[in-house]
Amino acid sequence: MDGFPILSLMLAVPALAAIACLFLPADTARWTALAATLVDFVLGILLWANYDVGGAQWQFVEQGARFGFFAWDLGIDGFALMLIMLSVFLMPICIGASWRSVTNRVPEYMAAFLLTEVLMIGTFAAQDLFLFYLFFEAGLIPMYLIIGIWGGANRIYASYKFFLYTLLGSLLMLVAMLYMARTAGTSSIPALQAYDFPADVQTWLWLAFFASFAVKMPMWPVHTWLPDAHVQAPTAGSVILAGVLLKLGGYGFLRFSLPMFPEASGQLTWLIFALSAVAVIYTSLVALVQADMKKLIAYSSVAHMAIVTIGLFAFNRQGIEGALVMMLSHGLVSGALFLCVGVIYDRLHTREIARYGGLSINMPRYALFFLFFTMASIGLPGTSGFVAEFLSLMGTYQVSTWIALLCTTSIILGAAYMLYLYRRIAYGEITSEEVRGMSDLSSRELWLLAPIAAAVLWMGVYPESFLAPMRKDVAVLLQRIDRAAPPSDSNPTPGNPAAARAMQAHHETTPGEAHH
Amino acid sequence: MILAIVFLPLLAAIVAGLGNKQLGAFPAKLLTTGLLFVSCALSWPIFIGFMTGSLSASVTPVLHWIASGDMDVSWALRVDALTAVMLVVITTVSALVHLYSWGYMSEEPDQPRFFAYLSLFTFAMLMLVTADSLVQMFFGWEGVGLASYLLIGFWFRKPSANAAAIKAFVVNRVGDLGFMLGIFGTFLVFGTVSIPAILAAVPGEAGSTIGFLGFRADTMTVLCLLLFVGAMGKSAQLGLHTWLPDAMEGPTPVSALIHAATMVTAGVFMVCRLSPMFEASPDAMAVVRFVGAATCLFAATCGLVQTDIKRVIAYSTCSQLGYMFFAAGIGAYGAAMFHLFTHAFFKALLFLGAGSVIHAMHHEQDMRYYGALRKEIPLTFWAMMMGTLAITGVGLPFLDIGFAGFHSKDAIIEAGWAAGYPGVWFVGVLVAAITSFYSWRLMFLTFWGKPRWINSEHIQHAVHDAHDHGHGSHHADETHANPAKAEDAGDAPSQHGPSQQELKVGTGGYHPHESPLNMLVPLGILSLGAIAAGFVFAPFFIEAEHAGGFWRGALFFNEHLMHAMHEVPVMIKLSAAIAMLLGLGSAWYAYIRNTAFPSVVSDQFAVLYRLFLNKWYFDELYHLIFVRPAFAIGRLLWHRGDEKTIDRLGPNGVAWAVQLSSRGAARFQSGYLYSYAFVMLIGLTAAVTWAIAG
Repeated sequence: MDGFPILSLMLAVPALAAIACLFLPADTARWTALAATLVDFVLGILLWANYDVGGAQWQFVEQGARFGFFAWDLGIDGFALMLIMLSVFLMPICIGASWRSVTNRVPEYMAAFLLTEVLMIGTFAAQDLFLFYLFFEAGLIPMYLIIGIWGGANRIYASYKFFLYTLLGSLLMLVAMLYMARTAGTSSIPALQAYDFPADVQTWLWLAFFASFAVKMPMWPVHTWLPDAHVQAPTAGSVILAGVLLKLGGYGFLRFSLPMFPEASGQLTWLIFALSAVAVIYTSLVALVQADMKKLIAYSSVAHMAIVTIGLFAFNRQGIEGALVMMLSHGLVSGALFLCVGVIYDRLHTREIARYGGLSINMPRYALFFLFFTMASIGLPGTSGFVAEFLSLMGTYQVSTWIALLCTTSIILGAAYMLYLYRRIAYGEITSEEVRGMSDLSSRELWLLAPIAAAVLWMGVYPESFLAPMRKDVAVLLQRIDRAAPPSDSNPTPGNPAAARAMQAHHETTPGEAHH
Repeated sequence: MILAIVFLPLLAAIVAGLGNKQLGAFPAKLLTTGLLFVSCALSWPIFIGFMTGSLSASVTPVLHWIASGDMDVSWALRVDALTAVMLVVITTVSALVHLYSWGYMSEEPDQPRFFAYLSLFTFAMLMLVTADSLVQMFFGWEGVGLASYLLIGFWFRKPSANAAAIKAFVVNRVGDLGFMLGIFGTFLVFGTVSIPAILAAVPGEAGSTIGFLGFRADTMTVLCLLLFVGAMGKSAQLGLHTWLPDAMEGPTPVSALIHAATMVTAGVFMVCRLSPMFEASPDAMAVVRFVGAATCLFAATCGLVQTDIKRVIAYSTCSQLGYMFFAAGIGAYGAAMFHLFTHAFFKALLFLGAGSVIHAMHHEQDMRYYGALRKEIPLTFWAMMMGTLAITGVGLPFLDIGFAGFHSKDAIIEAGWAAGYPGVWFVGVLVAAITSFYSWRLMFLTFWGKPRWINSEHIQHAVHDAHDHGHGSHHADETHANPAKAEDAGDAPSQHGPSQQELKVGTGGYHPHESPLNMLVPLGILSLGAIAAGFVFAPFFIEAEHAGGFWRGALFFNEHLMHAMHEVPVMIKLSAAIAMLLGLGSAWYAYIRNTAFPSVVSDQFAVLYRLFLNKWYFDELYHLIFVRPAFAIGRLLWHRGDEKTIDRLGPNGVAWAVQLSSRGAARFQSGYLYSYAFVMLIGLTAAVTWAIAG
């Protein structure tokens, strides 16, 4: 693949298809969009197959022309590869999910999705600071349109809220980026990752980026746009929002905050930890009392994303790799959960949990998939969710036992709200005639859910496939940030067997002191 | 071979589960049961191999799993003596329960799903006991939790079954929180999660301290206690026990397999597997001992007064698990495993026997409505008799010959004295008396006395149906509807329910029927186990001369203690037998000789009676301090936190401020309000971008 601009091609295919869609009738636009996303998926597989695991840090590098203040520089490392794979994998599924449920302005809808794909891949592949910024921020526009035009009843409020939040944070980031480019004399991301800013400047820059990434993540307390956006978005919009757009924040921390401002990251770890621990407990409890399925899953997303942030800022391999797997896993699992909601929403046109009940009786295949993704969401070993949660929390424990304890409560609270949801939807007696009339998964819906289930299982049983491409990048990152790692609160002292044996002997001579 | 043992049940579960209705009930049953018997047949030679000494520990790698720096885990199957014991327990009981379910679940329309769950459970349990690393053990741990959740909630139309299923999963997760933190801590200290590597490094950590939640404490104590919280959850020990009685919502074969013989013993297995770690921490051992003894006593007191036959056995299980834990807590791991082994047979037998009684009594589970069943269902009666003789520990103290429980339970009680813990010994003896009382109470209420069947709604329904529609016309409905009524009563015990002698005597024209052969054969085989498992296998598990050669380091075997066990004073040796006779005698007096006596006692000690009947009010307490606050706080955070605070000061506030600043706009409609904010922001962004970049 030497010299072949595969990344540009992956951007060009959906971009051209998006333009084409605008001029096509609805049905042709659907097929065009599906074909384009499938082609991109195949290109993604080629990209992965040709990626040299353990090879150079930046691969498929393309140095293009300069346009004013930004350059068309593309290239990926393992992190970007995996997130691009996630995007191109979910995209055809999104198109398939909208096949019947979207009937209004189909060509524009398909074009918006294809544009989203371009911008997502671009964000992950950009190697120029301002190119990244363009893709990163422009990604909002199609999502804004998708919510605002094809969304639910209260879509206007939701779309503005979404835009307000995300844009406010971005302004500060842009200012910081301009400062960085001026000071370091380059806008190349790899170069900036090796540039050492003075520690006090780092803190300000870190906070500016944090403003943007925390909203995108979303972290508590700037998370309230997410439930509204999800509730109002069409199914496929929710899938892509939860699946990929929520990963932009984590990617930002990984690409910018940690390697460019390691000292500031180390100093401000407490902030990330505190907000994340609050988020896990706060949003889990809020999820428990939701009456709207999408809101419930949206709040659970906030809790899961908090596991990503603590993992990233654990400054060790388990934490960072766990956070990465969590990004991938959550992308698949929450995407699939939103699809599951979409399946029954298409039949009954309500997201209200109380309207459902007993779906296991007349929709057994649906109940099986829903159960599988529920279990993946609560981190059952054997699914991707476990690998993610386990590694991330393991990394956190090495820094702070308090934060690990607080965040591990997510395994209890997550089980509570997800199983409570599942019980209300799938178990019990069928509550109404309209529910009784609901049909099981169609083969189209089966084809949307089955690949995700396979991927979740694969990532849970053999995560090596996904960890291997990122391993060397984690090593590079760790090497860069290790000097700023926060201290551990565990600090085990070395053992002293001889002294202990003496104590043990003493203990044995006075048995029976532990009666009750 | 071990690959076949572990993965055949998985294969069966996948085929039966995905095939489900298309596959049909018979092929699904045949496949799952057949493969389980193959698994079982392959397991016994391994166990025998370890007894004869022809096999030694081995690890079969399967697949790389998670590699993250030093955290390197593979899927691998470890077989040593400890695993071999669990292999035979799991596959034997599971195969018999599969077979038994052919009869017990024959009226059930959803059989493939049931058998798939059973096989899935068996697979997960086998993964747990063959684990070579803590992480794979956790996989099995959660896998059995999933299967337990699915099987408790098998009758998913019943609200009570769903509630019990969620409760079991969530309470177990509280334990898992401890287990997970324990794994993290272990990795932090040892830099590995491989069990043999950890155990090898344990001696070097003696005297080390570690920080945890701001405190500093002995490293091994912290790690052991965290791991033990996991064991407490899975093995329903005091505090985390509340899910087990409710788990009886599941079909009875499930109770026998999961909630008696195998899954609930996983905690004991874990402590034995990690026994060198626990040995390194006297404080952790004291906690294990205390929790075990407390559970043992607590659960026995609840078992005294329950009227639901399955709940009596459930509390009995909880109590027997307490025995196993305090055996482990005094360092008698061999005795703990021995009791686990014999208990699996006799407790599965008691549950399956109870299932056979319930089957005969048309889904009636309340023992108050039983009576005089000895002649009606003689084979079930004899099977239950063997189980009762085993659990109460009937045997001849000086000839060293007796039923299964005689060997294993008495060994624990004697070891308690020998290890120098008279308090533990006393609890053991006391609970032996209580065990004997409630076990015989169950037998007397069920099989002796006069028939009180006429009082049962289930029986009335059955007779009514038989007259009106011919027997069996409403089978499918009843399997769903009837247990619901019975089990709901168990959840909130009726405080003033009728006592035995207040009830009418009469059969109501009902004729109990003995269970079919496929249910009786498992009862027969398990009866053999209840009779013989004790004296046949005692030498290998606990006798100082043989057992060291059997375990060969698979657990910490205290030869010194096992010797001392035989040299306890005669009165100590006899104490368990005396306690057993006392229990039998008083049960006989209260439930045969003078049936008015129980109500006299319960009236006299009304407070205590109500405390026991209501399971010491744990459920009410937990509901009050955990469940209700969780929902209330959730609502509070949502409305007051997200909506009233964050949104009001955040996006709504911005929109409001924009609206204020652009005075002229008198339109309050939210759409317009946000348009202004939106346009201003876009403009600002564009201006800033242009100004700086241009």
